[in-house]
Amino acid sequence: MPSPTLGFARAGGAPSGTPTKITQGSQTRGGIGESTLRPDGTLKVTGEFAYSSDMWHEDMLWGHILRSTVAHAEIVSLDTGEALATPGVYAVMTYDDLPTEVRTYGLEIQDTPVLAHGKVRHHGEPVAIVAADHPETARRAAAKIKVEYRELPVITDEASATAPDAVLVHENRDDHHIGHVPHPNIVHRQPIVRGDVSAARERADVVVEGEYCFGIQDQAFLGPESGLAVPDEDGGVHLYIATQWLHSDLRQIAPVLGLPEDKVRMTLAGVGGAFGGREDLSMQIHACLLALRTGKPVKIVYNRFESFFGHVHRHPARLYYEHGATRDGKLTHVACRIVLDGGAYASASPAVVGNASSLGIGPYVVDDVDIEAIALYTNNPPCGAMRGFGAVQACFAYEAQMDKVAKELGMDPVEFRQRNAMEQGTIMPTGQPVDSPAPVAELLRRVKAMPLPPERQWESSEGADVRQLPGGLSNTTHGEGVVRGIGYAVGIKNVGFSEGFDDYSTAKVRMEVLAGEPVATVHTAMAEVGQGGVTVHAQIARTELGVTQVTIRPADTQVGSAGSTSASRQTYVTGGAVKNACELVRERVLELGRRKFGTYHPAWATAELLLEDGKVVTDGGEVLATVADVLEDEVVEIEAEWRHRRTEPFDLRTGQGNGHVQYSFAAHRAVVEVDTELGLVKVIELACAQDVGKALNPLSVIGQIQGGTAQGLGVAVMEEIIVDPKTAKVRNPSFTDYLIPTILDTPTIPVDVLELADDHAPYGLRGIGEAPTLSSTPAVLAAIRNATGLELNRTPVRPEHLTGK
Amino acid sequence: MRVNFTVNGRPQEADDVWEGESLLYVLRERLGLPGSKNACEQGECGSCTVRLDGVPVCSCLVAAGQVQDRDVVTVEGLADYAKQRDRVTSGGTALDEARQWAARGTDSQTGEGGELSPIQRAFIDAGAVQCGFCTPGLLVAADEMLERNPDPSDADIREALSGNLCRCTGYEKIMDAVRLAAARQGEEV
Amino acid sequence: MDFLRPASWEEALAAKAEHPTAVPIAGGTDVMVEINFDHRRPEYLLDLNRIGDLYEWEVGDDSVRLGASVPYTKIMEHLRAELPGLALASHTVASPQIRNRGGVGGNLGTASPAGDAHPALLAAGAEVEAASVRGTRLIPIDDFYTGVKRNALAPDELIRAIRIKKADGPQQYSKVGTRNAMVIAVCAFGLALHPGTRTVRTGIGSAAPTPVRARTAEDFLNAALDEGGFWDNGKIITPSVAKQFADLCAAACNPIDDIRGTANYRRHAVGVMARRTLTWTWESYRGTRRAACQNGGAA
Repeated sequence: MPSPTLGFARAGGAPSGTPTKITQGSQTRGGIGESTLRPDGTLKVTGEFAYSSDMWHEDMLWGHILRSTVAHAEIVSLDTGEALATPGVYAVMTYDDLPTEVRTYGLEIQDTPVLAHGKVRHHGEPVAIVAADHPETARRAAAKIKVEYRELPVITDEASATAPDAVLVHENRDDHHIGHVPHPNIVHRQPIVRGDVSAARERADVVVEGEYCFGIQDQAFLGPESGLAVPDEDGGVHLYIATQWLHSDLRQIAPVLGLPEDKVRMTLAGVGGAFGGREDLSMQIHACLLALRTGKPVKIVYNRFESFFGHVHRHPARLYYEHGATRDGKLTHVACRIVLDGGAYASASPAVVGNASSLGIGPYVVDDVDIEAIALYTNNPPCGAMRGFGAVQACFAYEAQMDKVAKELGMDPVEFRQRNAMEQGTIMPTGQPVDSPAPVAELLRRVKAMPLPPERQWESSEGADVRQLPGGLSNTTHGEGVVRGIGYAVGIKNVGFSEGFDDYSTAKVRMEVLAGEPVATVHTAMAEVGQGGVTVHAQIARTELGVTQVTIRPADTQVGSAGSTSASRQTYVTGGAVKNACELVRERVLELGRRKFGTYHPAWATAELLLEDGKVVTDGGEVLATVADVLEDEVVEIEAEWRHRRTEPFDLRTGQGNGHVQYSFAAHRAVVEVDTELGLVKVIELACAQDVGKALNPLSVIGQIQGGTAQGLGVAVMEEIIVDPKTAKVRNPSFTDYLIPTILDTPTIPVDVLELADDHAPYGLRGIGEAPTLSSTPAVLAAIRNATGLELNRTPVRPEHLTGK
Repeated sequence: MRVNFTVNGRPQEADDVWEGESLLYVLRERLGLPGSKNACEQGECGSCTVRLDGVPVCSCLVAAGQVQDRDVVTVEGLADYAKQRDRVTSGGTALDEARQWAARGTDSQTGEGGELSPIQRAFIDAGAVQCGFCTPGLLVAADEMLERNPDPSDADIREALSGNLCRCTGYEKIMDAVRLAAARQGEEV
Repeated sequence: MDFLRPASWEEALAAKAEHPTAVPIAGGTDVMVEINFDHRRPEYLLDLNRIGDLYEWEVGDDSVRLGASVPYTKIMEHLRAELPGLALASHTVASPQIRNRGGVGGNLGTASPAGDAHPALLAAGAEVEAASVRGTRLIPIDDFYTGVKRNALAPDELIRAIRIKKADGPQQYSKVGTRNAMVIAVCAFGLALHPGTRTVRTGIGSAAPTPVRARTAEDFLNAALDEGGFWDNGKIITPSVAKQFADLCAAACNPIDDIRGTANYRRHAVGVMARRTLTWTWESYRGTRRAACQNGGAA
């Protein structure tokens, strides 16, 4: 059944860019461009798919983590005696029990203790670990560990972090950012300066300032952190784990265990969503430590409470913006300062700063900019990667500013954006030219052109249908106080790892003949977290090798790194690696064919040869041989790394540099109805238009766009981790009080997909997972402002913000 | 304590059950049925939804001791459960339909092997599965709704599934899947 | 921990008498959360699932005797006419799965100010049928809530049923939450018109340490309706009366600031809900009155 909310548009009469021409594989069923179904679909609907929390082993123990009950304190004493004496307890470990001198880890900066060492820096920091024969035994034992804390003052915001007498969250920093930050409680600072803002300000007819606040969002993936560590006979350990990047985990785990990397074997277990929250380690090292200590398999599964402490969140932010424009609606300049709270440990903060600053003014042409982004060290919960990664917070603020300027100019907000929209060839604030399609104005045009949902849908012959009204079944209004609002937003997200990072993926592809049929096997270490990478890999193999049957091997560390399932990069980079490995395999197969059959037909030497439907054919369609005849018993297997174009670091003073490899754009239109008296919001519709370059799997593309859109909606109207500013303790670590949208809160999400090829990318594709998360939030906020006339400078919006009470 | 009950039509016995254990824990850790998922343990996500004497409930909030002598259906038994229901209601024609849908799978691991219930098939076909962690609970809830209400409106679907959180899909493909299952169910009659 | 599985009501009362600290568990929607989250480790769990009587209800002439464990789903499906306020409240409880398990007895046992049923019970008028081996007593709902998560039950008592007055006029229920399902009330309001006694009753949830009635507001409105002859003439309630009623309802709150909402917002929202539910119920009353007059005229 076709979804009424799905639209696809090819380049047609649209702006610049053309679809990539694909010759090889164009005849192959189930290849790229088709909405083939997930290879793991059946397992997932029958309950047989083994998620990390489903792992089970004969004789296994349960691990449990004791976490700090305070945010910032010295550990005066720690007594594990009673816990260790509890029947059923096999091990209790603290910092002093760690096996090597490597006792910290981190994605970029190794500042995170495996277990607290004399001090805790945030609420919920791991202090001790227990292994026991039942989870309840482990919990009771952990409760018997006596920890005496001497509390320290808490650092909770920029003022307390940078005060002259501020306590340092990390006393002896020796990381590579300490040399250029203005204060040791600042993780990283990235200025971006281009043109002359002072001079541009003189040209501006209007100057609009704004201060914005973005609350802490949680990834709230449904499958909590979990895994099973099984000790190996050779002294090593095998970890079955849900993560976003096996090899990054491995690099951090092995040194702490004192093992060479080849003795820490890692297999990806089923991942119940990630959204950035599994970039950092959670229970990996703890499970391995307990398994190696006890000689028994150890399973750790966080509950939801612990999950809120067990992973980093989206950085909360304060953002200060100044926009100038001329009377005719052209931006003169943007100055902004973005303060991200990284919490107690660095995690991905430096890279988040890079994104927030370099994408800080949005997808607009502005010659004169002065941007500064910093991330703080505080005693708040550690923050790091989440879908949108620094670009989300900025988009919320710059889009609010764009509306404000348009209003000041008396101009339509969409038209104002279109007048300033970037396009291919635009120079970014970093000095980097945008060298592929950037259809910003077109996306806005498309999203605006979609039909509006009818007004007052709640009215029926039997009175008001409360399900269609703000408050829903809670029956708070029958139409009283309800006002409709419409808002627009557009955003820009980078794709792939930036700033000179060596971002590569590895793929191993094998081709052989089984039962007379050519079969391809694809093996990568890519973490399938739900995004559908496994579906796409099979499609690529079909397209490139002309086969029907493709087997996707489970991801593990027996093959080279596939990089992270982050930054909208997997289809681009690991997809690119699979394509590349397939091309090498194809070349090898054709070479075998030339050797075997070349003398029988001149076309082997003269024509362009393709693999189609299990045969070697010429580009004219002539069949030269079957793959089965070419290969016979031969197996072709190639493992190869693949890289996207190199990027450069941003200059630490000016922010100049070709830092990004690709950009991704999405626009949203939100239609909301607000009960203005009670401050309740119902999002009626959230339409999205996005350029995806090339949709390798249209069904999955739409799924990603709709999912990202819903997460943006969540942080617009309900999602926030609330931290007590006096104690830095988390007040709502549960699904009772951290609310994510239900199916009753999520509207229809019509999607209009544009496919303008990026000639630098495999198949012309564009990374798509994150862009829809950016513009969704500001579009909803704009719609609420439109309905209420309120300024609303923070997200999420709470009822009291709308009622003023 | 010892608990005896029926799961997916088979008698089961769990021994040495701690009194504070939930039905969910017993299913997952003692009976080798990890299909019901543990995502919140507070009845706020629906991932652990099973049918207890036919009624959808959060198995994380049912104490293990409460299921003594009772009947539980989990996602692992959903296909059989639907097959038996169809035998009763439509003389087995749904089976052929189910095979036909299964044959549409194009990947080596999709659509082959065991038979699926119509709602399971529809979730795959409509793209309603991403990470899949919410899927088992949604399937149990959606299947029960279609049993009660074979021709649901969108508002009915949303209300029936309002106890099941999904973080990946934005729910649109889930709506499509339930509409699809209802439509296919309608075609059969 | 011990798990007690009484097979009959008598056995349950005996078990509770023997183990007064035993925690009754029926739907499990409160108790199991506390156990799962390690907030509570009761010495005894007293399972009430096997006591069929608790799942039954009887509709009498004046009241409904609602078994303590009758799930919210059943109330929504079967008692909409008799208990419209409670049926509306039941529909706002958490999710279908929770409504299939949870019942009013659990709401009363927990006695959280945020329990969804309380405002509807207060507005309708109800008595809690508490039983022990010592006998059965009826506790007026107005006397039942004694403090934050505390109630008037004795340690050896269990809730057998709730006797709720059958609606003799329109009832409404509103709940403010920041999500459209599975949400704990920021605040809630129940209103019932009782044309028989020419009175109005209210109930407020999540806006004071216990569920409360807005008695001053009720008194004011009862007097205003009486003075204006509204019950007889069926006129539209004047905006000033509605506003005064709403203000007095808001004033009846004694809320706190917490993560779910501010005290000021709660007061404000209760006022808005009071005004709206009064309008809806009064409009409904006028409608049925007009219909009754027309029917009467025709006869």
